[in-house]
Order: sequence, then structure tokens, then C-alpha cells
Amino acid sequence: MAVVELKGVAKNYGGAHKNAKAANAVENFNLTTRDGEFIVLVGPSGCGKSTTMRMIAGLEANTDGEIRIDGRDVSQVAARDRDIAMVFQSYALYPHMTVYDNMAFALSLKKVPKPEIEQRVNDAASILDITHLLDRKPRALSGGQRQRVALGRAIVRDPQVFLMDEPLSNLDAMLRVDMRAEIIKLHRKLGVTTFYVTHDQTEAMTMGERIVVMRDGHIQQIDTPNALYHAPNNVFVAGFIGTPSMNFLKMTLGGDGKTLTGQTARMVASSERQSIEAHKGRDLMVGVRPEHLVLTTDEAAANLIKGEIDVVEPLGSVTMVQLEVDGHRITAQLEGDTSVRMGDAIMLTCDSARLHLFDAETEQALPRHEHRTETA
Amino acid sequence: MEQKSSLGLAVIGWLVAIVMFFPILWMVLTALKTEQSAFSMVPEFVFTPTLESFKTALSQNAGYWHYAFNSLFTSVMSTLIGLALAIPAAYAMAFYPSKRTDFTLVWMVSTKFIPAVGVLIPIFLVYKTLGLIDNNWGLIALFVGMNLPIMVWMVYSYFKDVPKDIVEAAEIDGASTLATMFRVILPLALPGLASTGLLALILAWNESFWSLTMADHNAATLAAFIASFKSAEGLFWAKMSAASVMTVAPIIVLGWFAQKQMVRGLTFGAVK
Repeated sequence: MAVVELKGVAKNYGGAHKNAKAANAVENFNLTTRDGEFIVLVGPSGCGKSTTMRMIAGLEANTDGEIRIDGRDVSQVAARDRDIAMVFQSYALYPHMTVYDNMAFALSLKKVPKPEIEQRVNDAASILDITHLLDRKPRALSGGQRQRVALGRAIVRDPQVFLMDEPLSNLDAMLRVDMRAEIIKLHRKLGVTTFYVTHDQTEAMTMGERIVVMRDGHIQQIDTPNALYHAPNNVFVAGFIGTPSMNFLKMTLGGDGKTLTGQTARMVASSERQSIEAHKGRDLMVGVRPEHLVLTTDEAAANLIKGEIDVVEPLGSVTMVQLEVDGHRITAQLEGDTSVRMGDAIMLTCDSARLHLFDAETEQALPRHEHRTETA
Repeated sequence: MEQKSSLGLAVIGWLVAIVMFFPILWMVLTALKTEQSAFSMVPEFVFTPTLESFKTALSQNAGYWHYAFNSLFTSVMSTLIGLALAIPAAYAMAFYPSKRTDFTLVWMVSTKFIPAVGVLIPIFLVYKTLGLIDNNWGLIALFVGMNLPIMVWMVYSYFKDVPKDIVEAAEIDGASTLATMFRVILPLALPGLASTGLLALILAWNESFWSLTMADHNAATLAAFIASFKSAEGLFWAKMSAASVMTVAPIIVLGWFAQKQMVRGLTFGAVK
């Protein structure tokens, strides 16, 4: 167990790349974990999340900044001496060794006495319910079993830090949900500081104590799942976190500092959550989540979006409808038993408190008042 | 349609196989004939087989076993030394590539572009000075030099096939470079190393140019044994064929047994 500190960590691949953006895989990464925290790094592919993890692992050298594990600067320390364990997306089991030998490998390198190795491998195997597989070779295992062995190989070492690089992405959907829960349980039981890389925001939201959202090598926001959902820093985070994605409408804030007008849509902004005075008369990106839109028949409603449904997706518990409003695609999550059809003209409204306001130019959220009290 | 084309392929395949196999068949048949019938101008397909030629070949000159030992010793030693040199070289190039790795690989193979006869004089002079002519170790050094480029290239490609994740997993598990090599990479590349070794063994065993020019009697290999039946008194087809059969038989048997090892891939199931 350990506290991991990353200070101004950067990875620059040098001039070999065509553009500066690609050469700077990660820039100015700052994060300090709590002891035993579960951190998820999430972002679209190429955002630098895997590179960041590989720098923590020591598989890539950081070109700037420092990485500390329990206060010790490990930037110059080889991967083998960092006391970290990693679960690879491909599992990377040693194909010529049995499951037992796979799990015992690191311990035997450390010259741990044989009886202790046996004890520890058996303990780890029983935690993961793979005791009956110990004599098998990886090729005789299913995907889910290989995944467990990969986890077992990591936990048997009792390392200071766990690194998991998209460990579930090769599993089918059902198994993925099971393993997700299992990894969380495992983490609770072992309490080892864990970094978990994924591109799947559902995985990030369900697993992370804190989530680091990355894009183009830059941290966009580091926060709890709730805070990311309720108070995203910018348009990117707002759109990335939550399924289906948040809706955005470009609207102009009136001189009264309240009325927002689009081409057809209208809203009333609330200054309770975000300070909007400075943006009077300017364009804003107004975000509202699909689950916060409701059908209305009141044409005089303060917040009103009108449009014609062009996609209906009944999911049973809810029905998703999509419509085109003022050149933006709007998704609304309606009650499952709503009877709507393609081509229906509908009106949607929402609570002003549910609006997320962003500067249309910088795409940054307008300053928030509350200190995310409701999010903890 | 599909059946027709696969039938056509099968016919072509058999034809090619028969054309390739025929000289070997003819050699075996000739070895079982008497000298007279072997030399007969109308090839005889029906004859009474005799082992006479084999008996003569085994007793003539210093006999088969002297040459066979030299062939075995030089090919096995050159293969082992070749592997011992090729493995670390390929390891460095596969896992710690530098800017010049590709160039080095091409350069090594380019040494094979020179015909052996082109370097015969300089090598002969050097060997004469060093006293390596008609010496087993002289031939071994030549075989190693001759096979090393191919061996490095092959081992390199097998090392390249070891998934990078597995090498990194070993590194994170605390394995040193040597431990990674001996406990992870070499076991995984074993089928590849075996086929590399086998190929080097076959090439060295079958080598005749250097064996005939650099060795006389002491270090003479089976190539010289075969050639010895072409003497001033004339050609002895039957005996020469018997000698050839005894020369190629061990390597064919070895190849037969090693077939599975060469084809089997150990890495299946490692990733995903």
C-alpha cells in the first residue's frame, strides 16, 4: 500500500512525430493518491492514459516531472524494482508455465522460500476461485479464467501499487460486469492503491473512487464519479461522462442575465449554481442530460425544446428519442411506457437547476458557486 | 468447380513431388545395383538388389565411419557455436533495437551474396598460415561463419514473435534481463530455436565446397567420402550412390523426427 504522487509528469516522444501534439503524449500530469485509493484513468484512445500508466510502471521513462511511490522518487528506478504489479489487457500470461508457475514466477525471482510461495499462491488462488486450475497451462483456460490468473499473478505479490490496463476489454459483456464487481471487491479486501485504465466511462464511473479524465495528453478533470456527473469542468468531460451523452445547445444569454435563447429553444438560466452575470449578451453552450428532459404539453414552459422525433429506441425500462433542434442532436430519455412514434412533434422541458452552462468559446464551465456538496 | 481445381492442385502437387523425389529414388535404386547394371545404358528398373556396394563403401579407404564422425562433429559443433552466438545477437537486436539494427541485419545477410569461391584464396591463405587446413575446427569456423547470418535472422524473427506484453510482464514481475531471457523468452522461442538449429545442422552436414577444398583426409567429411568414388580408374556409380545414401540418410531421418517440433507453436494461447 502506498501513496503515489505524480508531479508535472510528461512524456515527449521527441521530434520523430509529425506534429507536436502527437509527440507530447502526456503533459503536466499532477495527481496525488490517497493510500489505497482506486484511481481510474479514462479518455478516448490516444489521450495518454496508457502512457501515463506505463510511466508509473516504469515501462516508459517520463521525460519530465517526478513519480513518487511512498515518497521515493522512482523516475530513474527500473520497472522490476518499483514493487508494482500490472494486469495487461492481453493478460500476458507466460504460455509455457502452468497457472501455478505463472503466479509463483515473481516470488521465485525474489527467492521467497518454496513453502511460503506455495502458501501465497494457494491463498491468492482461493480468493480468485482458481485453485482447480493451478496445474493447467494458459492455453487450456477460457478468457475469464485467464483474466483471473492475471489478477492472481498480480495479487500474489502483495505489491505497493496495482496497475490495470484495460483488463476487461477482451471479455464478453456479461463477464465484464461480473469481473468489474469482483475487482472492486478485491480492492476493498486488499486495499492496495490501484490505477485502472479504461476507455469505457461506465467502467470508470462504477469502479473509480476518483476518476482522471484525459484528452490529448492533458488532464481534463480529476474528481469523484458524482462530481464528474454533476459538475463537469468543460464540454468534453460533460459529453464524455454519462450515457447517453449530455445534450448541448448553443444559446445566447440575454441582457437580463437569465433568458437563454436559441433559434427555437428557450431556457431560463439559474444563477444559483453558476455565476453567469459576466456572460450577459454572450453565447453559451447549454448542456442538459437526456435523463433530465421530460415531455410537456405546456407551450408556455420557461424551458422549452420543440422538435420532431426522428429516432425512437424503446429499451423497456426507458425509451430514448432523438430529435434535431437548432442544428443540434438532442436525445431525451423518456418513461418506458411513453407512446411516441417517429415523426411526432414533441415539446421537452427540464428543471433550470439541471442546466450546465459553458462558455461557447473556451468550452469551460462557468464558475460554480457551491462546492460540490451534493456530490460527495 | 472447387473440387475440380483442388484435384488439379493435387495432380500438380504430386507431379512436383515425384520430380523432386525421383533423383533420390534413383540414387537408392542405383545403390542396390551391381556396378555393371548401374552403368547399363538402358536404365534397368527390374534387377536383383544387392548390398554389395554398401559393403564395399563401408570398407573402402578409411571407411565410412571416419568421414561420418567428421561430418557429425563439425556440423553439431558449428550448430552449437552458431546458436550460442546467434541467440545473444538476435536478443539484443529484437529487444533493444537501435537506429542501426535494420542495417546490421541486412549487412549480415549481404555477406551471403558473395560466392564462396570469391573468398577462397584469402581464406585458404589465412588458414594455411594458421595451420587450420585439414582441421575439424577450421571447418567448424567456416560453417559457423557461413550459417551465422541466417541463424541470427531466424532467431531474431522468432524473438520478434514473442509478445511484447509478456516480456514487459516479466520485467514488472522483477525478472532481470538474463532471467527474462532464460526463463521466459528462450522457452517460448524453443520451437524456433530448434528449427534454426536443425537448419544449421543440415546446411553444415550437406556443405561440400569448403569441405572438399579445406580438408584432405584428417578432417574430410562425407562429401569427400562420396567424391572419393570418382577416381582415376573411373566412376563407380553404384558405390557412389551407396555412399550418398549413407550420407543423406541420417539427416533425412533427423528431419523426419524433428518435423513436429519445427511446426508446433508454443506461443498459442499466450495473448487473448
